[in-house]
Amino acid sequence: MHNASTFDFSTKIGHTWFPTPLFTASGCASSGKELAQFFPLSEIGAVVTKSIALKPRLGRPTPRMAETPSGMLNSIGLQGPGIDAFLADDIPWLMTQNARIVVSISGETVDEYSILARRLRSVPGISAVEVNISCPNVENRGLVFACDPVSSRAVIEGVRRTIGGDIPIIAKLSPDVTDITEIAREVVSAGADGLSLINTLLGMVINTQTMRPHLGGKTGGLSGPAIRPVAVRAVYQVHQVLPKIPIIGMGGIRSGRDAFEFILAGASGVSVGTAIFGNPRAIMDVQNELKEILISRGFASLSEAVGYAHREDSTGALQRGADSEESEG
Amino acid sequence: MVGLNMSPINRHARQIEAVVLSNKRVGQYHQIMISVHDLAQHARPGNFVAIAVGGDSSALILRRAFAISRVSHRADYGGTMELIVAPHGAGSRWLCSQMDGASLDVVVPLGTAFGIPTTPVRALLIGGGYGSAPLFGLAEVLKGRGCRVDMILGASTSGKIYAPQEGKRSVTSLNIYTEDGSAGATGKVTDPLREMIADGSVDVIYSCGPMGMLAAISKIAVEANVVHQCAVEESMACGIGVCMTCIIPMRTDSGEVGMMRSCIEGPVMDGEKVQWNLVGKPHA
Ligand SMILES: Cc1cc2nc3c(=O)[nH]c(=O)nc-3n(C[C@H](O)[C@H](O)[C@H](O)COP(=O)(O)O)c2cc1C
Ligand code: FES
Repeated sequence: MHNASTFDFSTKIGHTWFPTPLFTASGCASSGKELAQFFPLSEIGAVVTKSIALKPRLGRPTPRMAETPSGMLNSIGLQGPGIDAFLADDIPWLMTQNARIVVSISGETVDEYSILARRLRSVPGISAVEVNISCPNVENRGLVFACDPVSSRAVIEGVRRTIGGDIPIIAKLSPDVTDITEIAREVVSAGADGLSLINTLLGMVINTQTMRPHLGGKTGGLSGPAIRPVAVRAVYQVHQVLPKIPIIGMGGIRSGRDAFEFILAGASGVSVGTAIFGNPRAIMDVQNELKEILISRGFASLSEAVGYAHREDSTGALQRGADSEESEG
Repeated sequence: MVGLNMSPINRHARQIEAVVLSNKRVGQYHQIMISVHDLAQHARPGNFVAIAVGGDSSALILRRAFAISRVSHRADYGGTMELIVAPHGAGSRWLCSQMDGASLDVVVPLGTAFGIPTTPVRALLIGGGYGSAPLFGLAEVLKGRGCRVDMILGASTSGKIYAPQEGKRSVTSLNIYTEDGSAGATGKVTDPLREMIADGSVDVIYSCGPMGMLAAISKIAVEANVVHQCAVEESMACGIGVCMTCIIPMRTDSGEVGMMRSCIEGPVMDGEKVQWNLVGKPHA
């Protein structure tokens, strides 16, 4: 049995080291200011900021959300201040908090991603760049980048070339594809150091009073516990074909148990998103619980548990005392 | 910035366990009193609470936001807070079913508050449906400042008017309008408005209720050049400013339209700055 003082909870993406594997999910923590009221941002692995575009964006009309069974749909439309205001206001503020920062970027064209990467290249204090390719590509019939291997590769190659070798790149993929491992292989060979899995699933709610789509943007992204099995599956499949690539797993993580599931599937970090809306301290709770679970199950480090569900021999050395926890929701 | 570790936003907000002290039916609503200890002293009229609903294994993953109706101090419980809840969805029905002694996961106090004048003014408070809830707490504060407080409440039908006896003590006059005529005069709260605010007889309007009503009041208030502070209602996923679902188009200081979060930059907003014609409309 290991104890809290010797347990190694850290994780690495590219060359960057994070003291804990807990990240906020992009778009679910804004730029951290609002959450700083509830816990010190420096205590988690990193703040992943809301995907930032080149220009300020007003986003989609309201209603922008609909609660669904164990989940929610959102259609924010990437509202944001644009990269200039973001770099001027949000990054310096996060640095005063001693938070590690992962900047999420989104573009409408391959070039836009590269321009964003160029803006970030010389900014101090950025631990990694997350490339959100789950946005519609205006150059290619509005098809989401992450649904097309060629576009996905083009974006990551462009960002890699512009940003140089020092800042790790994390590609964020969409689950709305036939074979997520194909896209994962493509972006990794294009230069991604890590993968974020998964973005939201496209969904719709129809308001039975008005008898029209409920959301102002008609369709929205499904998140929350409802998508967790889909996300765990995606992480498992991708880890199987790319076992050396760090994965940040996300989708409905609400507790340490949920996060543990992703670690076992092959994630070396986890993001908490929608759960923050229900509980501003959710990410701290998940972090504490995950650490406790890993220690109590006899792991000496986080990395030892990564992908543990893939082991062939279930009677291996690390046979843990099984409890009834597995069968619960 | 207040300090290094302290974000200025929702500075006093905390996540606490609050005990239900009482839960009474009033018309079509529930009047729920919860204990919030010393956080009561930081709550201002207009602020709201965000409550987790459905219990630990709930499929309802988002908090529900409720305006704080009134705060008070009770010798036996310390600070208390009263909420008026309409049981119209799964979450609010769950909340309305909570008995005395139940414990709730509450984040409080959140959002902006109604601006309180420093000198006595003539205030007109307008509430639609359960939107009257925060206005009674506001009326108490205004009366304490020596203001004249007139109130108009409206709803589709009498059961949807929330006007408790104890609340009426703080208002100088109370007029009720229902669309079906089942209580007070038949009509809408906006019907008497032009006349009431003509020739500078009202200094400030405070309102809370459905968006359509707030928009109609704003139009009349702008024409009459009367300050109008309204508490808006847009659906909120987080209530603490991180999700961007609750936005309201507003005119910013630079004259452009900005998308403001009604949970942080609101719920109390300057009615004149809200771009009512753009609410729910696609923008470039
Ligand atoms: C309101 C909202 C806004 C989001 N915005 C972004 C975004 O800007 N960029 C992005 O890559 N993902 C965004 N996401 C997706 C999340 O980062 C995450 O991938 C997804 O919600 C699944 O995790 P969860 O179930 O823990 O929320 C958003 C999700 C929500 C609910
Ligand atoms: S409700 Fe989430 S930002 Fe306002």
